[in-house]
Amino acid sequence: MTAAFADGAEMPLKRRLRRAERARQLRALGLVLPLFLFLVFTFVIPIGGMIWRSVEDWEVPQVLPHTVAALADWNGQDLPSETAFAALAGDLQAARAAGTVAVAAKRLNYIINGYRTILTSTARNLKTAPEPGTAKATLIGLNPAWGDRATWAAIKRASGPVTDYYLLGAVDLTRDVNGSIVATPPDQAIYRDVFGRTFAIGFGVTALCLVLGFPVAYLLANLPVAQSNLLMIFVLLPFWTSLLVRTCAWIVILQGEGIVNGALQWMGVIDEPLRLIYNRFGVYMAMTHVLLPFMILPLYSVMRSISPAYMRAAASLGAPPATAFLRIYLPQTIPGIGAGCLLVFILAIGYYITPALVGGAGDQMISAFIAFYTTETVNWGLASALGAVLLLSTLLLAVVYGKLALGRQTTGGLKN
Amino acid sequence: MDGGMMATTQALVRFVGVQKTYDGEHLVVKSLDLDIRKGEFLTLLGPSGSGKTTTLMMLAGFEVPTHGEIFLGDRPIKNMPPHKRDIGMVFQNYALFPHLTIEENVAFPLTVRGVSKAEVKERVTAALQMIKLEHVANRHPGQLSGGQQQRVALARALVFKPALVLMDEPLGALDKRLREHMQLEIKRLHETMGITVVYVTHDQGEALTMSDRIAVFNDGIVQQIDRPDALYERPVNSFVANFIGESNVLAGTVENIEQGFCRVALAAGGAVTATAVNVGGVGSRTSLSVRPERVALLTGEGDASLNRLPATLKDLIYLGDHTLAVLATPGNTDFMVKLPAGAHAGLTQGQAVTIAFRPEDCRALDPV
Repeated sequence: MTAAFADGAEMPLKRRLRRAERARQLRALGLVLPLFLFLVFTFVIPIGGMIWRSVEDWEVPQVLPHTVAALADWNGQDLPSETAFAALAGDLQAARAAGTVAVAAKRLNYIINGYRTILTSTARNLKTAPEPGTAKATLIGLNPAWGDRATWAAIKRASGPVTDYYLLGAVDLTRDVNGSIVATPPDQAIYRDVFGRTFAIGFGVTALCLVLGFPVAYLLANLPVAQSNLLMIFVLLPFWTSLLVRTCAWIVILQGEGIVNGALQWMGVIDEPLRLIYNRFGVYMAMTHVLLPFMILPLYSVMRSISPAYMRAAASLGAPPATAFLRIYLPQTIPGIGAGCLLVFILAIGYYITPALVGGAGDQMISAFIAFYTTETVNWGLASALGAVLLLSTLLLAVVYGKLALGRQTTGGLKN
Repeated sequence: MDGGMMATTQALVRFVGVQKTYDGEHLVVKSLDLDIRKGEFLTLLGPSGSGKTTTLMMLAGFEVPTHGEIFLGDRPIKNMPPHKRDIGMVFQNYALFPHLTIEENVAFPLTVRGVSKAEVKERVTAALQMIKLEHVANRHPGQLSGGQQQRVALARALVFKPALVLMDEPLGALDKRLREHMQLEIKRLHETMGITVVYVTHDQGEALTMSDRIAVFNDGIVQQIDRPDALYERPVNSFVANFIGESNVLAGTVENIEQGFCRVALAAGGAVTATAVNVGGVGSRTSLSVRPERVALLTGEGDASLNRLPATLKDLIYLGDHTLAVLATPGNTDFMVKLPAGAHAGLTQGQAVTIAFRPEDCRALDPV
């Protein structure tokens, strides 16, 4: 066979291959498409929207467009020029006519408490457009706050189109009148505490789940089939009842007149009911119960794949049971421990209903605040920023886990 | 059976009246009295479910005898946990620890014994040299071939110099060529290190190649324990005769017994003289066992003392170094005869022939 013939035959073959592959790829794509679209509409778009809302700043540019334009080249040191005052006066009259003053007032009130009054009273009292050249005097006359550059700096900072105000606020930072980043005043700084508490509860619940779940997973993986099936039903039972029902059951059990306190008092162990609920103890108890299966299942699946021959081999080589467990069994369960901990922790830091029902005021986690800002005060910016920070920390955690898991696989890999 | 004085003085392991049941109804090991001599290569051979693996597990300490006692040297070890027995073990699927490197795997038995770091390094290096795998010391077991993993498992079981090494079908997962190579390798290690090996297999070829002695298990009982050649040449019952090597079986009834030989009337007609090995009295049923290579095809008269049976040649199977003739004779329609190379010339299918064998080569055993 000559080379020319081979070359000639190669092209159609490659094309045929591509055609065959293309059909296969299209079929695969067709099968994946529904899920892909589902994910786009239920995950990518909402998450993207959330992140956008955490930096978006539309209220002031929309309501006070001319003011924003006039402040574009303001140096921020002195009071703005007469032009800016005139633009504000015009914007306020237009906004009052359109009924949108409150929208901008709400946004500016986040920056300076009381801004709402300044803006609405000025708009209300500005009956007619000031004579050219008198806008500055008129506005300061209506409200002396217009003579303070901080009042103007607030408008400048809120003039969009994007802002770091909410994201900074979510970690207890803000910008001062000069625009440099400073700590939020201590009486308003709460989110670092809340994040700290959220992570502390997350770690605590994860640790409890690991300690309680490990032996159960071991039993599941090593009992005879009939018994392990029965045990598996008990493990999965919580999945079959609603989260709300399970949490309420804990209230019934743990409350002052509940089963536990009743039994302890009846036995004479205690005189006064113990405070078991509406505090941190109740939160740990209920959340550990709810999340335990998420620890047990990954551990179980990993343990199932560990042959009992390893422990036998370790024993035959002279390792006492504890040594064999620590040096042979435990290291092989690390992928399960990692997956279980990651799953439980990520679920735990997003918990909302359980702490809300069985925790006290000091046990509320970050989700409760996100819910508060979306449903009570309609501060989407801050709610989104808190959500974004939570998402970021979760992602960081997943990346760290991925690196660790990958590192384990490649250590001692093909380096020889 | 072999045994006697030597076994009692040099026994490293003794099983005394050992029984084992898992469910409380059936005995997996019915009654085991077995001496394992110091320095020997003993194979436990038998079909699956015969109790050979259970016996090994009781010796390793993973199963506890229901009844009886096991002695290692002079110490009873029935209730001693496995990690205190100092018995090396090679498992069927190697059981190399997947998260440790080859070096760490081999070092494991030394580190759990608190051996100093320098000595661990030295002994692990020596062990890896012994199996010629120094170059993979830092790899993980998953990156090694089956044969390499097997050698590492061997090194790991030998590195702490146990007096006794147990092997549970260690070559079962390897292909034929590698298996034969490893058989010789294990045999070499056994000889150079002077260790005692108890080896479990269901492969009779492997058992014959490697062992000093073979204990043939069936139905929870040791059927026969002997040197490989004795097992093959002088099986004491039908199970051993059929399990080890090929055997032609003819059923019959004992007519008389005289000086170690008996006259047997075949069920399908005719009579032969056989060595009386395992028969009841006159009138009892028996199974005759004849090895295929101990049978000749007669064309002329031959020796008058030979047993003769008429047969029809069904098939000739050419196997290079020999030719296998399959014959139909009364009472056995698949009677095998091994013909030396070249001896099949002139034979054709369907031809009537006479098969002949000496009474010494025909053993009268228990009825099948």
